[in-house]
This record gives sequence, structure tokens and C-alpha cells, in this order.
Amino acid sequence: MAMERGCKSTGGEPHVLAVDDSSVDRAVIANVLRSSKYRVTAVDSGKRALELLGLERDVNMIITDYWMPEMTGYELLKRVKESSELKQIPVVIMSSENVPNRISRCLEEGAEDFLLKPIQPSDVSRLCSRFLR
Amino acid sequence: MEYSNLRRQAAYMKKSLFDQGYLDEQFYQLEELQDDVSPNFVEEVVTLFFRDSARLISNIEQALDKCPQEFSKLNAFVHQLKGSTSSIGASRLKNECTRFRDYCDEENLEGCLKSFQKLKREHAVLRQKLESYFQLLRQVGPVEKATRPSM
Repeated sequence: MAMERGCKSTGGEPHVLAVDDSSVDRAVIANVLRSSKYRVTAVDSGKRALELLGLERDVNMIITDYWMPEMTGYELLKRVKESSELKQIPVVIMSSENVPNRISRCLEEGAEDFLLKPIQPSDVSRLCSRFLR
Repeated sequence: MEYSNLRRQAAYMKKSLFDQGYLDEQFYQLEELQDDVSPNFVEEVVTLFFRDSARLISNIEQALDKCPQEFSKLNAFVHQLKGSTSSIGASRLKNECTRFRDYCDEENLEGCLKSFQKLKREHAVLRQKLESYFQLLRQVGPVEKATRPSM
């Protein structure tokens, strides 16, 4: 059965796309997700994330850093929500800064949640149980 | 006997790193992510950190040497550095990044230069201490799960 975008996995592990320009944070978030038994693809930019989303049809959730060079997580979020093919995929934003305007802007644009870094395993478990199975 | 001495030394070294404020709770979180699939996860992440942070420090140095300084660029570099320090629990280094950033926001060059020297020192000390710690852990053998000191 084909996996639907942005919905709970219908077979196999849910696939999470992690986007962060920091190699340290990519390693941490990927490990947190893998230890929770999710399949992870980690990329270092919004551009690469969009390339991957164009090729792979089984991404069930996107978790992205806010502050990245060239394309911010907010800009990635907008591109995803503007796409008829991608808009159903839940997007979560991460940031090391607690900026209320930033948070509300992301939520208004359709982000499902906003996490403060450093990300804790409990944050990820909570999210994934909401959006993935 | 030798093995248990090494384990004690490693535990003492880790406790010192926490007691002296070099590391914080986030380091324990990383240790808890270590398992049979990723038995050297913490050392790998710390290695990544020092690779990236060395590059960022070099970028900051070059940006400080320019005239006039581009404080927004400096701010962006130290923002990245602070993010990574936070992710590995490098508490003292993170605090120094915060101070540096405050000087950037004020466009206070003298403050930036002084803070940057401290930042480089903290970075070098932390690197040396963590290298020693992981070297000792490698001698101990399979990496232990996180062991918080009892309160």
C-alpha cells in the first residue's frame, strides 16, 4: 500500500526528514529519531530538503531548524505549505532562540509545533506520537 | 584492578567537568542516546563539534580583522557556534558566546575582541579536557550509559 504524505505510516517505519545546517544538531536529531525507531533522512539545507521531497514520496514529517543560510526554516515551511503535493506533511520548526514573533509567524504559516533547542528526546517522542505511528 | 582504576578516573574526570561548569545536563542527554547501535555517539558528536567550531572561530577571527567590521556577520557566526555549544552541553563556552554576541549587538569592537580571546581559551581548554576524557574512556572499553551523580 503506498504511503500517503503527511499521514501516519501505513507500513514500515515512519520517515522523518530532518533539516539543519549544523552537523552537530543533525547528528543529535537523527540519533534521537532513530532511537525512537523512525527512519531518518538528514539534510543540511532547505534546498536539499526540497530536492529530496521532490524525489521521495514517503516523508511523513519534516523537522527543520529555523535559522539556516540561504533558505530559512520559515521559507522552507512556506514552500511546503504552498505545494499541493507537500502541504499535508506536518512541519516542525526548531530554534535556539525563543522569539515570540518568530514562533507565532511559523505557527500561522502552518507549522505544527515549534521546539527550542537543544532538542530533548521527550520533545521528539511527543511530536512523533502526535503525527506519526 | 587496573580496569576499575581507569573507570574511577574516567568517572572522576567527568564529575570534575560538571563541577567546574565546563559541561551541563545536555551532555548527559547525549550519553543517554548512546546504545549498541551508536556506542561512540558522544565522542562522534563532540568530534563533529570541534571540527565545526574550529572553522567558525577561524571565520570570526577573519571577520574581526576586517575593517570596518561586519557585526551582522559576526553575529551570525557566533549564533551558529552558540547553537552547537548548547547542543553538546558546553556550558562555559556557551556563556562566553552569549557575552560575545552581546558585544556584537552593541557593535562594541573592544568588547568583541576581549570576549573572543576568552572564547578561544575556553574552546582550547574544553577541547583538551574532552580529548583526555575520551582517551581514558577508550582505555576503559565499551562506553557506559549516562551516570548522573547521585544527589
